[in-house]
Amino acid sequence: MTNLPRRSFLKGTLATGAAAVAATVLPFSAMADWPKAAFEAKTVEDAIMALLGSPDTVASNAITIEVPEIAENGAVVPVKVNSTLPKVESITLIAEKNLIPLVAQFKFESDVVQPFIATRIKMGETSNVVAVLKSEGKLYVARKEVKVTIGGCGG
Amino acid sequence: MATNTIRLQAKLKDGQTEVKALINHPMETGARKDLKTGKLIPAQYIEEVSILSNGKPLLTAAWSFGISKNPYCAFQFKGGKIGDKIKLSWKDNLGETDSAEIDIKE
Repeated sequence: MTNLPRRSFLKGTLATGAAAVAATVLPFSAMADWPKAAFEAKTVEDAIMALLGSPDTVASNAITIEVPEIAENGAVVPVKVNSTLPKVESITLIAEKNLIPLVAQFKFESDVVQPFIATRIKMGETSNVVAVLKSEGKLYVARKEVKVTIGGCGG
Repeated sequence: MATNTIRLQAKLKDGQTEVKALINHPMETGARKDLKTGKLIPAQYIEEVSILSNGKPLLTAAWSFGISKNPYCAFQFKGGKIGDKIKLSWKDNLGETDSAEIDIKE
């Protein structure tokens, strides 16, 4: 009998503990889980499907990808993506011939954020940089080639 | 917890705030060998990044080791004010985290 209150006490403590842990990892608890399957996909199509839930993309002139024509060091390739599409929810960056093509997804959590991202990515070899934008529920895509002199994905 | 890994800047110009972030992080792929020992260097890369303005989410990102070492990221938003708090946090695949907060400046 004496076990009962102790157990319920423990249970209560554990639950509080879990809640405290959840609180300390904010703001990440507010985010969806890291999309593991998409980051394990070996092709561009599989990555888009796993990440964005549909393989259907429409090529768009409303997306601008700014990359160097030739990257001497594939470990650091500057990429800028800009767009005039309305209500962009996310920008996804893919390096077509990387072992793991999906590089990053940026999600815009507020209307005030402009459909623009600048970052630096690694490229294993010469290939297209692919930008997929989600706008009003549809997927739009643009591609631009970067010639890579020295690959930057390990080795 | 990692400390002092983030350099953050938020500048207001013509009604638009530009946020620039530079993070000190190895972004190891797990496929690279240590030249001295010949052993693989374990993967360590930032998986999640979040940026808040006065506590409200602006941008969240999911990254992998395809992002370059010492990641750089910039974006823009409308409606920021001088003195608004911009906070960036990151978390990597090994559970390391860091965050930094700054004011929007002119």
